[in-house]
Amino acid sequence: MSGKIIEVRHLAKKFNRTVAVEDVSFDVYAGDVFGFLGPNGAGKSTTIRAMLSLITPDAGEILLFGLPLPTNRGAILSRIGCIVEKPDFYNYLSAEKNLEVFARISGSAVSKKKISETIEFVGLKGREKDKVGHYSHGMKQRLGIAQTLLHDPDLIILDEPNTGLDPQGSIDIRNLLLQLKNEKNKTILLSSHILTEIELIANRMVIIAKGKSIVQGNVAELLNEQDLIVSFEVDDPEKAIRVLMKHLPAEAIGKIENKILQLNIGYPLIPQVNQWLIENEVKVFGIDTKRKLEDYFLKLVNS
Amino acid sequence: MFWKSTYNELVKIAAKPRSYIGMAAITVLVGVILFAMKVDGRSYIAFITASFEQTLSFGGNLLNGNLMAFLVLQTLIIQVPLLIALVTGDLISGEAASGTLRMLATKPVSRTKILLSKFTAGNAYTLIFLVWLGVLAIGLGRLLFGEGDLMILKSDGLYILQNNDVMWRFLCSFFIAYLALVTVATLSITLSCFTDNSIGPIVTTMAIILLFTIIGTLDVPVFDNIRPFLFTTHMASWRSFFYDPVPWNEITNSAVILFIHIIALLGIALYKFNRKDILS
Repeated sequence: MSGKIIEVRHLAKKFNRTVAVEDVSFDVYAGDVFGFLGPNGAGKSTTIRAMLSLITPDAGEILLFGLPLPTNRGAILSRIGCIVEKPDFYNYLSAEKNLEVFARISGSAVSKKKISETIEFVGLKGREKDKVGHYSHGMKQRLGIAQTLLHDPDLIILDEPNTGLDPQGSIDIRNLLLQLKNEKNKTILLSSHILTEIELIANRMVIIAKGKSIVQGNVAELLNEQDLIVSFEVDDPEKAIRVLMKHLPAEAIGKIENKILQLNIGYPLIPQVNQWLIENEVKVFGIDTKRKLEDYFLKLVNS
Repeated sequence: MFWKSTYNELVKIAAKPRSYIGMAAITVLVGVILFAMKVDGRSYIAFITASFEQTLSFGGNLLNGNLMAFLVLQTLIIQVPLLIALVTGDLISGEAASGTLRMLATKPVSRTKILLSKFTAGNAYTLIFLVWLGVLAIGLGRLLFGEGDLMILKSDGLYILQNNDVMWRFLCSFFIAYLALVTVATLSITLSCFTDNSIGPIVTTMAIILLFTIIGTLDVPVFDNIRPFLFTTHMASWRSFFYDPVPWNEITNSAVILFIHIIALLGIALYKFNRKDILS
């Protein structure tokens, strides 16, 4: 793993008497797609705003690319592309003019060709002359991502990029992000309260709740591959239970719903269980696995 | 980065429909005044000269373009600050309300430069506005009414300035009027740093101008000491250029006081904007 791109240490911020962030710490490494996970009001946006020097923290330390904020604000921000909460543009300007406005102050020379290529990359080719006021929410999100990419930043920070998008829009944004990671090798910090979004795209994550970071690490490790709900669709669930009771502890056997037997077992045990059932003439029509991410998340947040 | 940012601000002002409301309003108002004077100007001149007819004999083209320009400026100089504040009061708070300030502030341009860019662009707009007013008042006035000596009625008597002695006075008066309008623009930009809605700074700017104007005109000794330091007291200093002789000391004093206001207000705006938590 390469060097640290983001280091946040014991960040705290109050607004009047309201504590927005109490103690948030995490690290993001080069090449990470880093999930910044927490329920609404956990302090995700406040943390991101502090990282972008939109607000001044009351305590704590933020280093980006090894440089402390706010001292190196200009040098740091010239290497970041971001959307905070939602992308807002000048509705009375066209998408192209909006990008020109932001490109001019991005800290790098951005050519018209680059603007055109970026518009094409986010799938807005042909609509770049339209005024942004006429854009749908999904199109604005795409334009927001275009705006983050103009100056070829090393780090992309996206705060809830799927908010308000329909399912297809969410998939499109996710694919765009995967493309950025795979083809352009960008480091991405992705904030979300949607657990599956983080699971699908991030390799590392931090979970924050009530203004505090609770846990951070590798997504796969945190989600604990032993902790699965495995559903077996069988012809005779009662018989299946009798068979499995000989091999599995009682707590591994879950509920039965419409001939679907749920088991709390680890990933490596699935073929073995399947074999036990087939050997005992229980017909298996389907196997489905689901990580107990939501339980894990809620357990942490509520603890 | 400052000039790029300033260019951005000019692009935005040029593209915003709001920027043209003031221009359109001023065009209509000047048109209405000139139309009224074209139709009924003779009776206006008769009213002014009535009290002097026993001692003076008036000849030539009194209802001329110079008089029209002076009347237009005297009439509209009260409304112009409102039309300027309509644009400049929106420069920070309007962007805060729409969320674009957040986008701007995440770019590697310092907040000081963002504010100074907006200040510079706001002043450029004010200059264009004033030039447009001047072109309409002097240009259209001369086109419709021709040239002639400028007759001005004041509390201490009637002044008549020769036609060839008028244009430099208009140019100088535009300079001091510009300084006054920049003061108003800076006030509205400063107020704009304190709020996230665009109406507040515009309304507050007008409220402050009204309050200070009332204080300035109330003949009450308690305000005697502060009156000379209110910027509104000096907003009408442009008229001093039409006195003969020109009271240069008074004009210089007004320019200095307006300039101090601009610097002080800009200082407050920079202090506030650099410490502002951008939450919109």
